Amino acid sequence: MKNTPLCALTALELGAALHGGEVSPADVLEAARERIRACQPENNAFITVTANSVPAGEPADGPLAGVPMALKDNICTRGVMTSCASKMLGGFQPPYDATVAEKLTRAGAVCLGKLNMDEFAMGSTSETSFYGAVKNPWDLTRAPGGSSGGAAAAVAAGEIWYAIGSDTGGSIRQPASYCGVTGMKPTYGTVSRYGLIAYASSLDQMGPIARSAADCAAVLDLIQGKDPRDGTSLEGSYGTLLRSLTGEVGGLKIGLPAQCFGDGLDPEVRRAVLAAADALRSRGAVVEEFSLPVMDYVVPTYYIIACAEASSNLSRFDGVKYGWRAEGYEDLTDLYHRTRTEGFGEEVKRRILLGTFVLSTGYYDAYYKKALQAKAVIRKAYDEAFQKYDVLLTPVAPSTAPKLGESLSDPLKMYLSDIYTVPLNLAGLPGISVPCGFDSQGLPIGAQLIGPALGDGVILNAAHAFQLETDFHRQTPARKGGAAV
Amino acid sequence: MKITEEMVDYISVLSRLRLPEEERGAMAAELERIVSYMDVLESLDTTGVEPLSHVFPVKNVMRPDRVVPSWPRADLLWNAPGHDDEAFLVPKAVE
Repeated sequence: MKNTPLCALTALELGAALHGGEVSPADVLEAARERIRACQPENNAFITVTANSVPAGEPADGPLAGVPMALKDNICTRGVMTSCASKMLGGFQPPYDATVAEKLTRAGAVCLGKLNMDEFAMGSTSETSFYGAVKNPWDLTRAPGGSSGGAAAAVAAGEIWYAIGSDTGGSIRQPASYCGVTGMKPTYGTVSRYGLIAYASSLDQMGPIARSAADCAAVLDLIQGKDPRDGTSLEGSYGTLLRSLTGEVGGLKIGLPAQCFGDGLDPEVRRAVLAAADALRSRGAVVEEFSLPVMDYVVPTYYIIACAEASSNLSRFDGVKYGWRAEGYEDLTDLYHRTRTEGFGEEVKRRILLGTFVLSTGYYDAYYKKALQAKAVIRKAYDEAFQKYDVLLTPVAPSTAPKLGESLSDPLKMYLSDIYTVPLNLAGLPGISVPCGFDSQGLPIGAQLIGPALGDGVILNAAHAFQLETDFHRQTPARKGGAAV
Repeated sequence: MKITEEMVDYISVLSRLRLPEEERGAMAAELERIVSYMDVLESLDTTGVEPLSHVFPVKNVMRPDRVVPSWPRADLLWNAPGHDDEAFLVPKAVE
């Protein structure tokens, strides 16, 4: 460890070094600050950097106490701007902390700021931010993925040791994949959404982005649990995840859905994900291909439901209660119209209109109701798959990180690239994205492990086993603005 | 599915959005492309399938009816673009 720069450590390694007195909290904080100063002008991962000092008083106990982290900018933080990367919420300082922020603070987390993202989490590239696009630390001409692009970029660049993102259709897993880090969307309902500014409430879930599966387990141990302030949070808990990681996958049944390895998948991504299956097989897992014939329907089902919920959730932004208000209005209705038209960006407006359309009289049955029925069919297909398999393995995205600007010109194409991640949100299932290789241009590739509802520990353990076998998750972008120093 | 500029106008009113004249055509074309793609769902047989709005069964969620302090009014008004000491301020809505 002596020769490893602090920013290349995992969160758990840094936590252990702090606990053992090998480094001081002040040194760690200064290392992070220095790293942010060096990287921020290049990758724009943060919207707000908070000037934090070492927490006063008795240091908290626990494996991540004192480890610097940051939150996606749609997670409410008392007195610290929470903008959702939108002009609409410019200057908004929530009067309260989200439950996850509260829990992490109690566990001794040192929050260094708020991370850039697609506006209102709507996008797959983190380019729709009012505060400018985030850039991928592996190649600054490319997108980091989205919508939690700032979170993935900041972890990849070694500015923070973990981040909390949100995932409505892949927004944790896909940027983690593009940035070569590990990101997990836990089972719906296991992490309280209180204080997460809603995009699509039935699909939204928060989770960690970090260097390793073990780090993700440690973070989930801190943030999971029933919360009376979130009526959809589940009773009970999936137990202590970190302690349950054994790396043993002997006899674990892994299913590869054939439809996730067919047309539209980059051959280099296919090769790397199949190699990940081989690595797990070499540790004793039983890997088998099977048919999951619902993949054609997952993207339309997802976008109908997500946009419908967004059109309702975003009606609260009216220029009255918080955030931005347009000028020059004539009456109350005009105030709403002007504020919303000028305050929302193009992609947000597109999704609000789409959602309003699928909910409108005459189209509700054909689109919204049909999508809810399709969702039932999709969930059933996954239920059936988990009768046969413990875990499913797929790519995270059909290709590696796109060039900046490439995706914005063709929204439908961008939506289609979410095909492997959205079904988990529709079915409420946990999924983890783990680095599994690089393409010929040196860009990271991610593999996705999917578990049954509340099977979070099973996929974390499979991911952990994979990371014991490989070192893709320990690689860092070897350039300025990346994690090499 | 054809999306006309008139339909865009109609859903814009419902959404309290007002697209500039020059953006309406492009938005109609973009929405038409997306909605046409969504029509692939027509080929999925959902006869007799109950719409699933929530993945896990959620029933009425009750919590103990305990009196707790509300957020301080000043904290909530602080973020409003127009307010006085006790209320949000908006243009006159009722004559």
